[in-house]
Amino acid sequence: MKYIDEFQDPGLARRLLDEIHATVTRPWALMEVCGGQTHSIIRHGIDQLLPKQVELIHGPGCPVCVTPLEVIDKALEIASRPGVIFCSFGDMLRVPGTGRDLFQVRGQGGDVRVVYSPLDALRIAEQNPEREVVFFGIGFETTAPPNAMTVHQARKRGIRNFSLLVSHVRVPPAIEAIMRSPECRVQGFLAAGHVCSVMGTAEYPELAARYRVPIVVTGFEPLDILEGVRRTVLQLERGEHAVDNAYPRAVRAEGNPAAKAMLDEVFEVTDRAWRGIGVIPDSGWRLSERYRDHDAEIRFSVEGIDTREPAACRSGEVLQGLLKPHECEAFGTLCTPRSPLGATMVSSEGACAAYYLYRRLDLGSARRQGQASSAPGAPSAPFPADASANVPPLEGSSVV
Amino acid sequence: MCLAVPGRVLDIEDRGGTRMATVDFGGVVKEVCLEYLPDLEVGEYAIVHVGFALQRLDEESARRTLELFEDLGMLQEEFGDPWEAADGMTASGMTASEITAGGVAEGERLVHEDVVGEGHR
Ligand code: SF4
Repeated sequence: MKYIDEFQDPGLARRLLDEIHATVTRPWALMEVCGGQTHSIIRHGIDQLLPKQVELIHGPGCPVCVTPLEVIDKALEIASRPGVIFCSFGDMLRVPGTGRDLFQVRGQGGDVRVVYSPLDALRIAEQNPEREVVFFGIGFETTAPPNAMTVHQARKRGIRNFSLLVSHVRVPPAIEAIMRSPECRVQGFLAAGHVCSVMGTAEYPELAARYRVPIVVTGFEPLDILEGVRRTVLQLERGEHAVDNAYPRAVRAEGNPAAKAMLDEVFEVTDRAWRGIGVIPDSGWRLSERYRDHDAEIRFSVEGIDTREPAACRSGEVLQGLLKPHECEAFGTLCTPRSPLGATMVSSEGACAAYYLYRRLDLGSARRQGQASSAPGAPSAPFPADASANVPPLEGSSVV
Repeated sequence: MCLAVPGRVLDIEDRGGTRMATVDFGGVVKEVCLEYLPDLEVGEYAIVHVGFALQRLDEESARRTLELFEDLGMLQEEFGDPWEAADGMTASGMTASEITAGGVAEGERLVHEDVVGEGHR
């Protein structure tokens, strides 16, 4: 497809790789913030094609993964109530709450529906005036504007039986939290391209300066990611730490002003807990005063939630880039996409699921046995084809 | 959850006070809300996410980025492997198997040494 195929060209990928190999002189640790980028990196084997000095640390940018357990449990409780139609994007269905998930709620008689767009949920509300329709509004700055517009329209058109269960998150405070962690190894960031399509780049220069890290806005196709890596490494080698835009075809410095104005109108910044990580100050949005009537948390008072995370799950460390998925003891044994212990094993953007889908299962054990580097003539990753033939293709290829 | 993909606007209409478009994603056609990009025109591309056009896709930037990638290889081509060049390997549009079969030296250089490939499981 146009503007996807051109950015998967293997010949150009080779040139970018050669250039990166020629640039690197020292080890560098880069974090890709966005789960969509993590997916693309693992799917295309990009981490294996880069020089060994360049390590990609997977960041917390999978919205499904970081939605707090308490909010998932609230969703499960609301979805179970008679008279409610609970609408969600498809990949929330298997995200484990305490003891169950939305899929199971549906099996037990809950009216849970998967929608492509929040506007579909609003239409369902319009068509079912006697029912309460709740949309599960999660996601980063990319997903927040569509949800904001939907609530705005509900209010404008007087669709009172529509409400939003909101758990939106923002990238810049997460970058700050990562840089402040004493265990932080990150030296440069690939910033999430589509978040910047909406928000622009104005939030980043201050972060880049304060923490002396290059922040490079990066797209999602293999060439985009290689270009993001190339520009970040170039800055690191030169001792620079600027904000750079390697994805100009979709990102303008000012972002999308109309979308930003709607975010300001509908939402207000709030502290938000990130699953597995904890509360990050100012890292989320909730509905502002004017829109509280459409806040599902207020409409359905859900009390007495007692959340429990499986003890074996180390997704918090995975999300902070402190642990690679295959280093978790449960990976691929107790925890698989069919019976996930943590949200990072469910979502197509979760690092654990990406490692599992693209057959990184054995890397961990091989490494532990110390035989990893003794594979003479190991074939290069079949770039840019999928690293596994059995993987269901992504619907598109760019994810945020 | 949140795929954002480029699509091309086929037509635009006002539906109940909301600006909506029909957008083609390489054969799959969907309804897309244009409220955030009201001046998007028929024939243009936009990044679309959960039924909303979020940013115009700038064709000129896309072309320049690809040209930059082409230029990156210039030195390589100048001093690169003559056999490879003769074979037309540096032309774009190479298949995945071609890149993996790109000679022993090249192949090894492309692999992370401390990673066991799939074939060695
Ligand atoms: S592999 Fe499973 S148990 Fe381990 S961190 Fe990932 S989601 Fe949690």
